[in-house]
Amino acid sequence: MSEAALSMLLRLSNASVRLGTVTALRRVSFSVRRGEFVAVIGANGSGKTTLLRLLHGLVDCTGSRRVGEPAPVQAMVFQRPFMLNLTVWNNLRLALWLARSRVPRAEAPARALEALKRVGLVESRDRPARVLSGGEQQRFALARAWAVRPDLLLLDEPTANLDPSAKKEVETLLQGFAAEGMTLVMSTHNLGQAKRLATRVVYVDRGEVRLDLPTAQFFGKSADERARLFLKGELSWDLE
Amino acid sequence: MNEFAQSARSALDLIVHADGVLVRTVSLSLAVSGTACLFAAGLGLFGGAWLAVARFPGLRAVLLLLNTLLALPSVVVGLAVYLLLSRSGPLGSWGILFTPTAMVIAQTILVLPVVAALARQVVADGLRDGGDPLQSLGAGPLLAALLMLLHERWAVVTILLTAFGRAIAEVGAVMIVGGNIEGVTRVMTTAIALETSKGDLPLALALGLVLLAVVALLNVAIFAVQRSRFASVLVEAR
Repeated sequence: MSEAALSMLLRLSNASVRLGTVTALRRVSFSVRRGEFVAVIGANGSGKTTLLRLLHGLVDCTGSRRVGEPAPVQAMVFQRPFMLNLTVWNNLRLALWLARSRVPRAEAPARALEALKRVGLVESRDRPARVLSGGEQQRFALARAWAVRPDLLLLDEPTANLDPSAKKEVETLLQGFAAEGMTLVMSTHNLGQAKRLATRVVYVDRGEVRLDLPTAQFFGKSADERARLFLKGELSWDLE
Repeated sequence: MNEFAQSARSALDLIVHADGVLVRTVSLSLAVSGTACLFAAGLGLFGGAWLAVARFPGLRAVLLLLNTLLALPSVVVGLAVYLLLSRSGPLGSWGILFTPTAMVIAQTILVLPVVAALARQVVADGLRDGGDPLQSLGAGPLLAALLMLLHERWAVVTILLTAFGRAIAEVGAVMIVGGNIEGVTRVMTTAIALETSKGDLPLALALGLVLLAVVALLNVAIFAVQRSRFASVLVEAR
């Protein structure tokens, strides 16, 4: 097996997704390789979330979606983290129980505690998860994802609703995950964030991947006219 | 008015002195309806959760039928169970017609659609936000639906209290399959119907007051559940 094949975690080939009557993704070909930090950018409704859901296997597609061998452990953090009406601790234990095929039962409590320490939420372990602040909820969602030690972490606009300081906390955590070798794919509207964090940028427009370039190259000179307009903030609805 | 006042006074007297007939009737009512609700909870919550995630041809027809059964007349249930359990019916050999067991079966059938339909709705609504995240964590569709029942447990409590309210207040089904036998199958609603027709208004009124009190208590319980949940969210949010 070649080195490229070994490092490939996920590959989409000509993948299209229809959601009801809408084609959310069209003939997308896209790979995720081990150790990358991919930022997926694009306007609202361009198909970023659907692309992440497809990568995670939450929607079906025509075309193909292949996972590498051995299959990578995946986790996803959603824009609005969903937590059961339980305490922080019980939510975390439940997540580890659901991942019991990958997390030995004896290890679960230590992992849960370690995850809470990592995101600075040990003090909140007995609080109802749903009353945490927005920033705390997102940090908790990251802890829950990190606790299962994913090879690939998918993040759907994880800082979209956060204030600057919470945003910074989340970014710091993501940088830490990336530094440990975790592969991350994150959708974002925040171009500065993409520039700061990502090693590669994918520009999605109207359900198609229009550009897929290393970060420096993407922000250096985008070849695509619509991507240039998007970067300048001039991609208005009139142009759709 | 005098007769009403006299009856009300006698009724209160029966309640205050815990009249034997009254206590037996109330106890049986609570036991029959409580047991029926327990069975309906076991079947209905699981069934409702399953229906929220099941995909099969004819699902819409099943949901339509389930919603129609929400308005199932209790006398129709009574009649159906009577036909099943009567000596010449398919389950006649069980010999349980005119027993509390038959009444439990009838009331279970009566409130099962209420529990299942409302649970399905609660789970389906919850999964709109929580379905993908739970699946992402590793829960299959049915497990995600059952976890949603845990998540929405206060709504589930309200559903069960509603079902109990329907069961304890119905008269048609228990009258037909129970036979209203004193000391055996006589419950509050059937006793009220009988005592009124006999002209024993104090006992009928006493039973009516107790029934009203039970229903009022249920409403207080539902209100308290909703209020305590709301209050705990407010306190934590501060």
